[in-house]
Amino acid sequence: MNETLVVNGRRQRVSRLTRLLESEKALAGALLAPGVAILVIFIAYPFVMALWFSLTSIRVGDQGQFVGLANFTKAINDTIFQQAFKNTVFYTFWATIFKLALGMWLALLLNRHFRFKRIVRASMLLPFIIPTVLSAFAWRWMFDPTFSVMNWGLYHAGMITDRLPFLSDGDWAMWCAVAVNTWRGMPFFAITLLAGLQTISPDLHEAAALDGANAWNRFWHVTWPLLLPVTLVVVVFSVIQTFSDFQLIYVLTGGGPANSTHLIATYAYQIGVGSGLLGEGAALSLFMFPVLFAVVWVQLRSLRRMENA
Amino acid sequence: MARITRRTFLQYSGAGMAGILASHRAPVFAQANTVHILRWNDFVPAADKVLREVYAPEVQKALGIKLNVETINANDIPARATSSIQSGNGPDIIMILNNYPHLYASAAVDVSALADEVGKAGGGIYDAATQLNRIGGKWVSMPWSMVPALIAYRKSWFDEVGAKSFPKTWQEYQAVGKKLKAAKRPLGQTLGNTFGDAPTFTYPFLWSFGGQEVDAKGKTVLDSKETLESVRFMTQFWKDAHDEGGLAWDDSNNNRAFLSGDISASLNGASIYVAALNGKDKFKTDKGAPLHTDIQHAALPAGPKGQHGYHTAFNHMVMKYSKNAKGAIEFLRWAHKKENYEKWFTVQKGFATGPTREWEKHAMWDNDPVMKPFQTAPALQKRLMGYQGQPNQKAAEAWNKYIVTVMYAQACSGKSKPEEAVKWAAGELGKIYTGT
Repeated sequence: MNETLVVNGRRQRVSRLTRLLESEKALAGALLAPGVAILVIFIAYPFVMALWFSLTSIRVGDQGQFVGLANFTKAINDTIFQQAFKNTVFYTFWATIFKLALGMWLALLLNRHFRFKRIVRASMLLPFIIPTVLSAFAWRWMFDPTFSVMNWGLYHAGMITDRLPFLSDGDWAMWCAVAVNTWRGMPFFAITLLAGLQTISPDLHEAAALDGANAWNRFWHVTWPLLLPVTLVVVVFSVIQTFSDFQLIYVLTGGGPANSTHLIATYAYQIGVGSGLLGEGAALSLFMFPVLFAVVWVQLRSLRRMENA
Repeated sequence: MARITRRTFLQYSGAGMAGILASHRAPVFAQANTVHILRWNDFVPAADKVLREVYAPEVQKALGIKLNVETINANDIPARATSSIQSGNGPDIIMILNNYPHLYASAAVDVSALADEVGKAGGGIYDAATQLNRIGGKWVSMPWSMVPALIAYRKSWFDEVGAKSFPKTWQEYQAVGKKLKAAKRPLGQTLGNTFGDAPTFTYPFLWSFGGQEVDAKGKTVLDSKETLESVRFMTQFWKDAHDEGGLAWDDSNNNRAFLSGDISASLNGASIYVAALNGKDKFKTDKGAPLHTDIQHAALPAGPKGQHGYHTAFNHMVMKYSKNAKGAIEFLRWAHKKENYEKWFTVQKGFATGPTREWEKHAMWDNDPVMKPFQTAPALQKRLMGYQGQPNQKAAEAWNKYIVTVMYAQACSGKSKPEEAVKWAAGELGKIYTGT
């Protein structure tokens, strides 16, 4: 139904469409719709499906039936899953610590002025740019039990007499995986922290230096507090990515030897896809959700407190 | 050229989208008599060439079928099969290994008529392939070939340590292996989480000591003194004779280690020998002779409870979602005809054998005595995964979790004592079979 509007003393007919287009609410809805649609289709729908799968006995080609929490109970009693869970926590914890420490160190170095600074900064991103599958293959070759270039180098340098068991010993293999993850993820930390560093006014450092603060004190009392919000955000992203890591382990060790490097994601894949047990695979992967949710919640809460402080 | 207006475009695309949504199925393109077959990247690349350069034009000419051959890494096939089955769209034929037919049975077209026909013409399909592909009296996939796993070994190196013929028992093999390892020529075997060479070694090894997963009633009986004996023996055997890096090997490491002269023997398909044969100038012995002249093949040695082997079945499944299942079966029928199958079979040089005993009689086997042990290997296979039960879904789960392989790996790596490793494996197996 059209309405009339008086403009400059003249009556004008205003269509419903015009009113709709001029409505801020409608416009906001229209602008938000594509984003919401993407979230629903690509995030909410798969998540809800995974949730539903985890409550059923679905297998490949068989819809299965509702089994309640049976898949979760089976997972909790599964010693391979227990090991994969511990491995995932260990892998995420150490890789994040190393990425943060080395990334921070690198960011502080790159924040200084030196020749070819831009080239060095750009080249540092290489590990992050190379597809994980390719770099993991390269690392696998470097750690190869027979042809490892590192063993070859150390042997010819007279530093070892027998090959180091990079991937053939469970503990070594896990630390190798942590090292590769650190190598790959460190540039992300470094670049993001570098961006954070550049927002800190040099005046603050100068003032601290004039007050007699040494380099460590300037870092601890000036840089670190100002960098903390950025650091927390980077750590949140990193924990999510590392905890759900799949490609690196799949290529580097396949979860071996003797399941020593299995992560939740690789084990869920093995069960869901390798054995066709989609319901059980979904349940295994959903164990990541509460852990990640808790980590993200704690970190974001801290971030909010810092902002409000 | 007809002009398409915006209105016409929207009408057609809208109707198409409505159709897709109503049918819950992605559109199928090029539905003319096209058959899309998904296979692995063959370890004998010449065989893939036959599919693309010989089969494709010939089947087009003979049956009017346009053959679309896609090859991927064998490890990635389950992922493709899963997504295809769940989405109801994908290749018309998928090559699947081992007992995957049991996993995907509900998504398969019945190919019993074809299997009966091929079996009848070829003197019977091998027992192992039959058990893997015939479920509930119905053939859910068509056996294409068997890839036997035998030990490739360096004849001259074995001679040098006094083994003039290949060891007949595990004890003899351990003694010979110990001398070889002392001479920096260890045996090579993967105990890693890998689909081929690891379980094809550990399962027969277990059986040859009298261990087994379940009894005839389906009760798990892995925790036995026979299993424990096999794990204890393996632990010592590993230290004495093997390259201990094998704990981290996948299916390709032993090929590289053997071809580079780092190991003296390894359980494998014939791909090591075939690679040495094709690279006569590249792969040499320490005396400069072509490496292939120093390679022999032998079956796995016998244990106290007999001799066993495990050979991988390669099967073709015609998918139920296929729009051209009839064409897919027609293609397989054509490919299994002797004159057509032979073209693929001969380039394999024995790496893969046929699905029926008829192919044991082929003249190709007279070409190379080194390949002779592969000729009858599949006929000697007595057991499958899940023995003494069926090679079913539960057996597949245990196989895919590498439970038997990890049991040995845990003990060999020193991570667990043999008793603990056996208890662990039996416990995990029990959970699979009892479902708790």
